[in-house]
Amino acid sequence: MVRELTCIECPTGCAIVVTVENGRAVHVEGNGCRRGRDYAVAEVEHPERLLTTTVPARGLSLRMVPVRTSRPIPKDARVNAMSEIRKVRISAPVRVGDVVLPNLLGLGVDVVATRDVS
Amino acid sequence: MRECDVVIVGGGVVGAAVAYELSHYRLKAALLEKEEELSFGVSKANSGIIHPGTQNPPDSLKGRLCVEGNRLVREMATVLDLDFKEVGELVVAFDDDELGRLWLLKQEGELLGVPGLEIVSRDWLRDNEPNLNREAVAALHAPTAGIISPYRFVYALSESAALNGIDIVTRARVERIEHISPGRPGDRARFALSTSAAEFAARYVVNCGGLYADDIAAMVGVHTFHIRPRKGEEYILDKKRRYLTRHLLFPVPTPESKGILVTRTSDGNPMIGPTAFEVEDREDLSTTDAGLRLVLAVAQKLVPAIDARDIIAYFAGLRPAAGDDFVIRAEAAAPGFIDVAGIQSPGLTAAPAIARYVANLLRWCGMELETKAGLRQLNRRSFHLFAMPLGDAKRLVEQDPDRGDIVCRCETVSLREVKDAIAAGATTLDGVKYRTRAGAGRCHGSFCTCRIMRLLAEETSRPVTAVSKRGAGSELVVEDRSDG
Amino acid sequence: MDERELVIVGGGPAGMAAAVEARECGVRDIVLLERGAHLGGILNQCVHAGFGLAHFREVLTGPEYADRFIQRVYETPGIEVSTRSFVAELKPGKVLTYLRPGAVCTVRAKALIMATGCRERTREMIQIPGTRPAGVYSAGLAQKMINIEGLLPGRRVVVIGSGDIGLIMARRFSLEGATVSAVIEIQRQPTGLKRNIVQCLDDFGIPLYLGHRVLWIHGKNRVEAVDVAPVDELGREISEARFTLACDTVLVSVGLIPENELIEMAGVELDRRTNTPVSSDLNYTSVPGLFVCGNAFKVYDIVDSVTRDSIVAGRQAVEYLAACNGGERRG
Repeated sequence: MVRELTCIECPTGCAIVVTVENGRAVHVEGNGCRRGRDYAVAEVEHPERLLTTTVPARGLSLRMVPVRTSRPIPKDARVNAMSEIRKVRISAPVRVGDVVLPNLLGLGVDVVATRDVS
Repeated sequence: MRECDVVIVGGGVVGAAVAYELSHYRLKAALLEKEEELSFGVSKANSGIIHPGTQNPPDSLKGRLCVEGNRLVREMATVLDLDFKEVGELVVAFDDDELGRLWLLKQEGELLGVPGLEIVSRDWLRDNEPNLNREAVAALHAPTAGIISPYRFVYALSESAALNGIDIVTRARVERIEHISPGRPGDRARFALSTSAAEFAARYVVNCGGLYADDIAAMVGVHTFHIRPRKGEEYILDKKRRYLTRHLLFPVPTPESKGILVTRTSDGNPMIGPTAFEVEDREDLSTTDAGLRLVLAVAQKLVPAIDARDIIAYFAGLRPAAGDDFVIRAEAAAPGFIDVAGIQSPGLTAAPAIARYVANLLRWCGMELETKAGLRQLNRRSFHLFAMPLGDAKRLVEQDPDRGDIVCRCETVSLREVKDAIAAGATTLDGVKYRTRAGAGRCHGSFCTCRIMRLLAEETSRPVTAVSKRGAGSELVVEDRSDG
Repeated sequence: MDERELVIVGGGPAGMAAAVEARECGVRDIVLLERGAHLGGILNQCVHAGFGLAHFREVLTGPEYADRFIQRVYETPGIEVSTRSFVAELKPGKVLTYLRPGAVCTVRAKALIMATGCRERTREMIQIPGTRPAGVYSAGLAQKMINIEGLLPGRRVVVIGSGDIGLIMARRFSLEGATVSAVIEIQRQPTGLKRNIVQCLDDFGIPLYLGHRVLWIHGKNRVEAVDVAPVDELGREISEARFTLACDTVLVSVGLIPENELIEMAGVELDRRTNTPVSSDLNYTSVPGLFVCGNAFKVYDIVDSVTRDSIVAGRQAVEYLAACNGGERRG
């Protein structure tokens, strides 16, 4: 089976063609770089996305703290991930990279702050 | 039941002018407005022109009250600190036929007492209105035309009225009016008004109900006129094109309306429009492609340099037309009830004169109007930081730091102005916009809406989810997911 | 009046990159004026990732990208940062007047870099007919509401325009649990990046209607629905194929307009069509020593390019100053 993908790793958006056998990517073509190849394989075998959102702050200089998952998480886990993240409140100052929710959904991925908030 | 001598129904420019007039006398009066704030009805969409009085039949109420109103607005401009600017108007002719009609207009205007009318030549036009289409052959110049902010006029009138004892009640929709028979011989009969806010009783009712004036009149059994709304679309251009015109530009009028004009708002934005189409729905404030095309065609004939790309805002208004002239009369069928209906153009200009006319009608109905001694003056000082010497501006901002905190950057509106607007009665985004211009500029609120919402929530003690554009039902956001 | 060597208006990525570079090249007197409470510009509300691959070789979110520069700016002596400082007037001779809570300041800049970014094209500018209810927002305003204020603007969204900001917001709304019924684009190709079509629309099953136009916005006080129809090659509606989408929110994402009203005041020649300075070369304007960089110079696709070109602006300002000061010494 052949799948056509648009790579999302950079603004170029290469058109990649992946040959899939038994759910595995056996051939990748059209990628402009290494990242694209990795993206294509992951997209076919275990699609994942970085999740970025915001978390309410309490008593800090900003109302909302922007956050991200430290690594991409399974595409389908995002709905549950959003529910979990919404429960968090940040009431102590944070710096870029500080963990605000460790081990999201047991996936071994942390949610970290992306802005300094005092 | 709140007892008054007079209840004024409708808080647009006419109702506010009547309230202002009545605040000069010893009496108890209330002004009732159904919307969340004053000036949210017909007056919201007013073009702000103070007409000289041309283009009205000499024997019309419209004509007489317009000429008198033009005079009164100038007097009130100092007392109420209005932003009235005299710019003059040109009715432009493109051929001999139109030129002929200009002479007729001049004659009619002179019969009404419009001052300073003269027909000006092509040369004059070239020197004094340089961007006007060079094909124009002549124009009728009426120097007493001017521009004003219609909402700020309403606020000045109503704030002064309130300062002098008139009760201003918003969110008060009149639902029923009944007669209360006199309890004892010699007592006057009264009207009892049931509203969505409270019950009022008054010997006199002045119906300034705009688009619903006929419904209000029907409540007391008067069916002598019918409001037929006529929609007008207006398009506002970026302020950086303010150089395009010096005078208000009118084509030679058609019977239907004064035609599509090239004017400007008192804030300096060129404005083109309005159209004139009769509509069924009294709430139809939609703008249309056809309206835009028509407006552009006529506007570009007058000023070829007008470019649709400069349009930054548009809106529609509904004229509460009841036939050709104003309907201002004490209704024989309902003694004490005064109709002030069909107030379409030149209603804004005529408003102060209408108010005096209404005072006379009240006297005629038997009301004693005893002048108060010592009217309280509005303490309004509006000023523009960049219209004063820099040293003065610095001192002002040092004394009041909020003046240096800019909320709306397109119109340079400070935190002080926004707070003052809210203190003066703005409870909605539109209310703040009409009082301060914040949100009315080229980015149309994209940058300042959030901050204004937060200020409204804070200063009116309500959750940010209750902050609205113009009252209940127009809330801006559906949920607050912050920590509150 | 205060005279400063280099004044930079705008503390977003463009202004910050120019400031840091100018400092690196030896200019010691730099004032960076920012009208917001914080540096970072529009990046502060761009909480999504996709920035920095070219410049930092890392995938960063907007705030993280901004943070790299904010750190450098604050660590660098010689760059005076003034926040909540709104430039209200710019006069010929590079004289600026700016307002701050409690102060009005005037400064003459020897060299001036304008890094004032863009505003969004509004519904009014493209004259979409219909009523004017609450719930019609530029995509950037909706982004600010959600990401900065924590407010959900609505629950059923239609996006007009397939510009990147609209696509990003389609995803953002979806992640917040709202339904995005459609993205309507009048052209036959999307105007945003392909990757955004994938990760913002395809990922969430949001239909993209190319070659379609919104004919009417309905709603008395709050948005209730929009009428949509396909258009032919000449852009005219095919009204037999029109349909209505119920919604409570309309996002408008139809392009960005560089903010150059200030330099217009100072007599700089602007191209009326694009609202950008008439220019012989990158960042140059018709006034010597007055540079425009970043989105105010032209609309960029990615911030990495803004950084690259704003670094050049910093250098150009330094060269200009050197020529001036050299000339002064000689003269």
